[in-house]
Amino acid sequence: MLKGHQSLIFENRPVITAAATVVGPFEGQGPLADDFDRIHGELMLGQKSWEKAEKALLEEAAQLAIDQAGLTKEQINFYVGGDLMDQIISSSFAARTLAIPYLGVFGACSTSMESLAIASMMVNARNAKHTLASACSHNATAEKQFRYPTEYGSQKPPTAQFTVTGAGASVVSQQGDGVVVTSATIGRVVDMGLTDPFNMGAAMAPAAVDTIQAHLRDLRIEPGHYDLIVTGDLAKVGYELACDLFEKHRIPIHQTQYKDCGLMIYDFDRQSVQAGASGCGCSAVVCYGHLLKRLRKGEFNRILVVATGALLSPISYQQGESIPCIAHAVSIERGDFA
Amino acid sequence: MTLLVVLGAALDGIGLYDPLIDFAGAGATIPITSFGNALVHGALKELKTDGWIGIITGIFKITSAGISAAIIFSFLAALIVKPKG
Amino acid sequence: MADKREPERPVLKNCLRAFLVGGLICFLGQTVQELFVHWGGFDKKQASNPTVAVMIILSIILTCLGVYDKIAQWAGAGSAVPVTGFANSMASSAIEHRSEGLVLGVGSKMFKLAGPVIVFGVVAAFVIGILHLLFNPNATGGH
Repeated sequence: MLKGHQSLIFENRPVITAAATVVGPFEGQGPLADDFDRIHGELMLGQKSWEKAEKALLEEAAQLAIDQAGLTKEQINFYVGGDLMDQIISSSFAARTLAIPYLGVFGACSTSMESLAIASMMVNARNAKHTLASACSHNATAEKQFRYPTEYGSQKPPTAQFTVTGAGASVVSQQGDGVVVTSATIGRVVDMGLTDPFNMGAAMAPAAVDTIQAHLRDLRIEPGHYDLIVTGDLAKVGYELACDLFEKHRIPIHQTQYKDCGLMIYDFDRQSVQAGASGCGCSAVVCYGHLLKRLRKGEFNRILVVATGALLSPISYQQGESIPCIAHAVSIERGDFA
Repeated sequence: MTLLVVLGAALDGIGLYDPLIDFAGAGATIPITSFGNALVHGALKELKTDGWIGIITGIFKITSAGISAAIIFSFLAALIVKPKG
Repeated sequence: MADKREPERPVLKNCLRAFLVGGLICFLGQTVQELFVHWGGFDKKQASNPTVAVMIILSIILTCLGVYDKIAQWAGAGSAVPVTGFANSMASSAIEHRSEGLVLGVGSKMFKLAGPVIVFGVVAAFVIGILHLLFNPNATGGH
């Protein structure tokens, strides 16, 4: 049901009946390692190329989620997924293996919540019994496509972010045991004229704040409605900028806890990650792996996950364009919390 | 890097890079600036012996060792090693 | 507003590190050059060519071992500016794109990063050559 201008309330309460996360070795050395379903010991995952490794990562997460839900591939009506690769090949090739009717989406690092929002919309409207939503990213494929060859000696500035090697997949169903997706706000593309692809957090912060503002306005609630509001991957620089913007727009974010997935997944003392994490996999694995577990345990009752994406390409940057960004918000509640 | 190559070329154009090499040795031949210097050197040397066509025939004469080595060994590297990320 | 939140790059620290590593690499190069002069029978001018080739090979070996990019995060321009950085850019591109095949991958992508250096170097040399031809009376010698 449409609420306000760009938000939807899911009155039929679609349930996340399963969520699985598979990550790479670097993420397995971070503070959230215990929350991931599977950690791979090497970045290539035993495959012949980085791209094949990312596909394997995603297929594994998708299959794990489907198994966890106690279903088979044939019982899933639709698969909504995306990633960072050109033509989103990781998701498309995984869809080939899964043989589930497929909607490929691109929201850069906001894909996790974009796919979850669409999956929830379909289930809520009774257009599907079960849908699979996923997002994934791989450090080496992202470096190869967007920046430099992985063995190239370039010095990363302190604003740079480290792409997460991880895949997160969830099964959303009309009923079942699990946390409930209660609403979603689809973001607008926001471009404040920032141009540095090595400082994406700063470019994405305005989009995150814009979507959060829209969500609160559409649903007519205050930040305190949630126990936690978490952004996808603003990391150090973007997080501080977002706090500044909240203040500037007089959004009382202090009513609740405000965190960022890009700051949660790595240990800054032991892991060299400059400003923090990024990538579709960042918000996907932190949300599906860590946050959902805390929700189920009862540490939170209601959370708002706002995944943020930078919608640039190497060519747009080389042609001197600035970085348009977007953020999608999804609110998730404990199943027995009404 | 591109800027430094052009700088090295320009310095040799006004004859300042050779004295730098005499003074600094490998300190001037190893940085990428010496690449620009070598390109200009080759062009000017051939210009002297062959006339204006020498500008084009001479450019890669001196840098041939460096570029050939880089291409050949990069190719071999690609055959032998996989990226480590 | 974003500029205010941008962490300051440690410029002085980076410069010192670059100075150290760049100097070390050139020092190594000088050593190699002396070896070529004393044992290879080259004269000083001739020795610089094989010296550069040796440094290139060394850099490619370090790239293969996966070590060059780790050194570079510390050294910055210190490892990018010497010709070792040039070799690393070619080797890393070649290694990375092996998965796309030898012709379209290795062959076409090898110069992804080194291309501008060669293009601008050659263009600059050409321009300087033309300038010498036009304005330098000593440029064209006896035929």
